[in-house]
Amino acid sequence: MGLTELSILLPVLMVFGPLLLALLVFLAQWQRSADWLGMGLGLILLALLTPFSGAVLLEGPLEMQLGGHDRGLAIPFYVDGLTLAMLWLNTLLFLFIQVYAGAWLQLKQPAPAAEFRPLFLLLWSGLNALFLSGDLFNLYVTLEITTLAAVPLVILSHGHAAMAAAMRYLLFALVGSIIFLLGVALVYAQAGLLSLPLLQEQAEPHPALTVALLAMTAGVAMKAALFPVHAWLPEAHASAPSPASALLSALVAKAAAYLILRLWMGPLEAQWTPAMAQLMGALGAAGIIYASIQALRQTRLKRVIAYSTVAQLGYLLLLIPMASVLAWNGVIYHALTHGLAKAALFLAAGNLIMVLRDDSLRNLAGCDRVLSKNILVIGLAGVAIAGLPPTGGFIAKWWLISAALESGQWWWAVVIGLGGLLAAAYIFRILSYAFFSPDPHQETPIHQAQGQLTRALVWPPVILAFLAIALGMAGGLLAPFLEIAAPVTGAQA
Amino acid sequence: MTVMLYATTAATLFALGLYAVLVRTGLIHRLLAANVMATAVFLFLILVSAENPEGVDAIPQAMVLTGIVIAVSLTAFALALLRYLQAADDEEDQTGSQDGRQNGPD
Repeated sequence: MGLTELSILLPVLMVFGPLLLALLVFLAQWQRSADWLGMGLGLILLALLTPFSGAVLLEGPLEMQLGGHDRGLAIPFYVDGLTLAMLWLNTLLFLFIQVYAGAWLQLKQPAPAAEFRPLFLLLWSGLNALFLSGDLFNLYVTLEITTLAAVPLVILSHGHAAMAAAMRYLLFALVGSIIFLLGVALVYAQAGLLSLPLLQEQAEPHPALTVALLAMTAGVAMKAALFPVHAWLPEAHASAPSPASALLSALVAKAAAYLILRLWMGPLEAQWTPAMAQLMGALGAAGIIYASIQALRQTRLKRVIAYSTVAQLGYLLLLIPMASVLAWNGVIYHALTHGLAKAALFLAAGNLIMVLRDDSLRNLAGCDRVLSKNILVIGLAGVAIAGLPPTGGFIAKWWLISAALESGQWWWAVVIGLGGLLAAAYIFRILSYAFFSPDPHQETPIHQAQGQLTRALVWPPVILAFLAIALGMAGGLLAPFLEIAAPVTGAQA
Repeated sequence: MTVMLYATTAATLFALGLYAVLVRTGLIHRLLAANVMATAVFLFLILVSAENPEGVDAIPQAMVLTGIVIAVSLTAFALALLRYLQAADDEEDQTGSQDGRQNGPD
């Protein structure tokens, strides 16, 4: 198979593979066979992504028109370094979470299996389509597909708290999507275009496009739970079933934040002023500080991790005021590390809850001895999020701080350092409950209960946490991929 | 003149909807307000379509059609969720239990 065929086949397979599988699984009510098919699909996509990434590196960004229509009319796919990074993250996480979720659904009583599997596959398809889309209206549609798959995943926990959280999430998402659509309509009214590459080539600065950019940003920010419209996220992500929490935190919220970067860097970059960029950075910084402090004050494990997501998403906005290649690489690297580490954290939390029946931090006492691998995951993934060397988080922060100093905006470096310290604090706070509290479980059922955790539950978070750390050693190797068609200027990393 | 009329209507509807979403606390009210906002955006898109100098532009119309489908599905889902939520609330009231967290996290 030549590279050209591959570069057409893979994007199509990434969108329609999971979608068709979702329909099949839903109609035929397959259960275990669905897991095997999903894992098989994940492995195929992973195997094809490697030569595909090489092809994009050699031949430059891929722009492809589905259905063979003219440019500007069709459904275009656009793949550059940022897209490539997100596709890798998506494929890896869905593969590992698929393994975990299959085992989780078998142990969970009553298991929401018939609902979980089609939604999981639909979300996979929607996210792949979102990352691949190179057209504003298709981005709107794919955002809605991810929302319609993500919100029901929250309800699968049953219980009043989960439903109330899902309702709140849905309302935020609904209003956000309408405001986003208003922005899309304004772009079309002014420029007569929707395709992102065409907008980048042709859009002249115009106040209407600035308003459109702000409307789209506000709309997507509600879905990404960026400070100050983050209120729905901690409850929704904490009350969702753990495999779903991992997807929501590591991918769904990030996909919306990705869209903000996509719009500001490139297609509409002529529409904003440095003052607006500083404001976006300030919102990100406020989110980092505020949500990290909130994470320090929580008493439940999953809420700590959920607040940490709000904080970590704030870093992505720091790209806008800095807008250099270093910052671009740093932000993508941050997104990758956070995705791997956050999924590992939520999966490990799911294991702990499965045994302890509760996720109060106080219940963790003594878990370092009986549930050691899960506590290890929290430690490793936490260190990656805090950004200690040699993890991926360290490389990300190193690049971001260098970019801040290079552009003379030292204040962002301060925020990044402070955010790292706070992250270390809330992670070590979890660990201190596990290590330093007296063990109340000497003869309690926890010793027998841990036996039910199968390897398929224990190992995916461990591997994900190690991957988050291994990223720290691959910075030089991956940087050329991230820089493919980076819409920023400046020295290479 | 008609353009101004339609544009003002769309802007007013959008502002009214946004105001209600922010101020109202009832979930049904907020849902309806969000739908009013969506209608305002659709009206604006139809205006863009009609005002194309080279005749009616089909792309915004296609966008409105897709948008309506999405808005209807999201609203239907939200209404169903609302009923479940209501039922869960009633159940809690009847049993009079203070323990809303019997179903802990998963």
